[in-house]
Amino acid sequence: MTVASSQLGTYVAEFPKFSADTPSWLRELREDAFAQFCRVGFPTIHDEDWRFTSLAALARIPFRLARRRSAGLTISDLAPWRMENAAARVVFIDGHFAPELSEWTSLSAGIDANNLHHEIVSHGDNVAAHLGRYLDTKRDPFCALNTAFAEDGAYIRVHRGAAVRQPIHLLFVSTPQDAPGMTHPRNLILVDEEAQASIVEDYVSTGEGAPVLSNAATELIAGPNSTVEHILIEREHLATYNFSTLRIEQGRNAHVHSHSFLLGGALVRNNVHPRLAGEGGECLINGLYLGGGQRHLDNYMLVEHASPRCASRQFYNGILDDRAHGVFHGRIVVHKDAQKTDAKQTNRNLLLSDDAQIDTKPQLEIHADDVRCTHGATIGQIEEGALFYLRSRGLSEPEARQLLLQAFAGECLDRMISGSTRAYAAAAVTQSLSRFLHSTGRNIATSNGDWARHWGELG
Amino acid sequence: MSLLEIRGLHAAVNGQEILKGVDLTVNWGEVHSIMGPNGSGKSTLAQVLARRESYQVTAGEVVFNGKDLLAMKPEEAACEGLFMAFQYPVEIPGIGNAHFLRSALNAMRRFRGQDEMDAIDFLPLFREKLKLLEMDEKLMSRSLNEGFSGGEKKRNEILQMAILEPKLAILDETDSGLDIDAMRIVAQGISAMRDPQRAIVLVTHYQRLLNHVVPDFVHVLVDGRIVRSGGQELALELESKGYGWIEAEARRHALASA
Repeated sequence: MTVASSQLGTYVAEFPKFSADTPSWLRELREDAFAQFCRVGFPTIHDEDWRFTSLAALARIPFRLARRRSAGLTISDLAPWRMENAAARVVFIDGHFAPELSEWTSLSAGIDANNLHHEIVSHGDNVAAHLGRYLDTKRDPFCALNTAFAEDGAYIRVHRGAAVRQPIHLLFVSTPQDAPGMTHPRNLILVDEEAQASIVEDYVSTGEGAPVLSNAATELIAGPNSTVEHILIEREHLATYNFSTLRIEQGRNAHVHSHSFLLGGALVRNNVHPRLAGEGGECLINGLYLGGGQRHLDNYMLVEHASPRCASRQFYNGILDDRAHGVFHGRIVVHKDAQKTDAKQTNRNLLLSDDAQIDTKPQLEIHADDVRCTHGATIGQIEEGALFYLRSRGLSEPEARQLLLQAFAGECLDRMISGSTRAYAAAAVTQSLSRFLHSTGRNIATSNGDWARHWGELG
Repeated sequence: MSLLEIRGLHAAVNGQEILKGVDLTVNWGEVHSIMGPNGSGKSTLAQVLARRESYQVTAGEVVFNGKDLLAMKPEEAACEGLFMAFQYPVEIPGIGNAHFLRSALNAMRRFRGQDEMDAIDFLPLFREKLKLLEMDEKLMSRSLNEGFSGGEKKRNEILQMAILEPKLAILDETDSGLDIDAMRIVAQGISAMRDPQRAIVLVTHYQRLLNHVVPDFVHVLVDGRIVRSGGQELALELESKGYGWIEAEARRHALASA
């Protein structure tokens, strides 16, 4: 296979910048991953996994590793993203750990939260046992790229039987860059047997500058009987290419909830890949993507049922306006031994303009014979009847629209457990929804027609 | 000055003319009933008055409380004090009943330059009206009309009316599909709204509701026109004889005048 060397130029130039204290096992992992990336380069639309998402523009931009800024931000600069009641806050500025902005002193016993690099240097064996073991660098070049450049990110470990109800807030801040910059945050979350944790990965920008490639990867290992809630909020500026992969490895009877809120960025690819590896596991994969302008929001789900009697639920709602393009690609793979699998997938979309587009594609690969798998998608517009009903009670047209969109988005929020995390996500959604409505500021397409169309009609 | 003055109203839906010259005057404090066979234009009249944009007014004028109703958007008409109870209330998942009602009330209060009501001030009013309509408060924490029975939806419409206190209430077939108990409760809710400072227009196919809420005037709408007006006795006549004779009479009239 040949890869245009022009595509790889800056990555080749940037790659040798390892920290001096990188252990040899990690050097090897990173070198292998980089070699893999160089072999395949960026995927094209001929690749089935990337059929609806062109990376041609991205591949032409010469991204350099974002430098550590000498004049850093202060706590007050981060006030807009302050999460009340967070059990800990781990902050990264342009991919670099910012200890002066992080707090984890109030964490209870049995819970570690730190930056990954620190953990690699101090307890390398523990990290080596997990890092890179779950992520598929062969299938996804962005995972390979992330692994190649995996310098730092968050490390969280919840020890056996420990529970942290309040969320741990991981805040990834991108600051305006003079030249195209890239970050590759790498997170490792270990939730041991019978432990409980709530993790928020929050990607934000302090202002717009040159294009940014934000390519994050998280490996989340949920031990037997553990309960984990993971929230991704993407709200970087509109010159951001945001790629994120959440790879979940679930043990026996582990319950994991993944909630994604894609509210920002120009081109966003959200990969969620749980593997239900132990019997009786349950996984909820819930998400909302909200886009106007020419934004491109691609959700790629791969739910792997590898053990019997596991249940998975995928619910993704999309709201698309202007010329925005949404993608929902939902793969469910049921392995031969995963009998009594119960998998469900639902993707609902609201298109607010004639030029907005959604590609929604289920892909079921079932190798067991006693399973229940269902999937469905709807594509609709704001119903004229509902709008009139609200207006006939005195709500202005923009208020009525906002209420209807909030209700549609609210379906995703309602799937979260109520509490401070949900309140935080709800505030982020409400904020971008109102900004979204004001920026479009024109008549949104309405229809008298039926809300729903089914797979068959989508062709 | 009358509260509502409709003169020569013509309206079309999808290019088809449904209302063909409606004249109607409603004064403060009155209860009118508009009856008519299916397809006569009763619901169209209600929707036009509530300012549904997919219904095009092709001729005529409507003065509501001294203002040009046809120049108003639906929300403006609502804020000016016009309320229509829907024949088919819309189910809207994700919008809580109680929250929606308070938002609607506050939209009107803002329009009138009054302070908005917070949840704590709203609650006593809300509970009082719920009691009037014998509705379970639990229903109100659910989404708007979602999973409500037909009777619950209609009661919810009357509940909204009771809270929003309109000047003119147009009830579009609120009585259809109600069992005896729901009919009694709905009728009770409507009767409680009778007030010299308000008028009520009951759009209905049947006479049943009018046993509970006796109207001051009954009008019969046939083929987009009011062909006859009278009192309660007209409703009783329609009940016993059906609409056939009045439709035939209207046809003869139309032929004679042609």
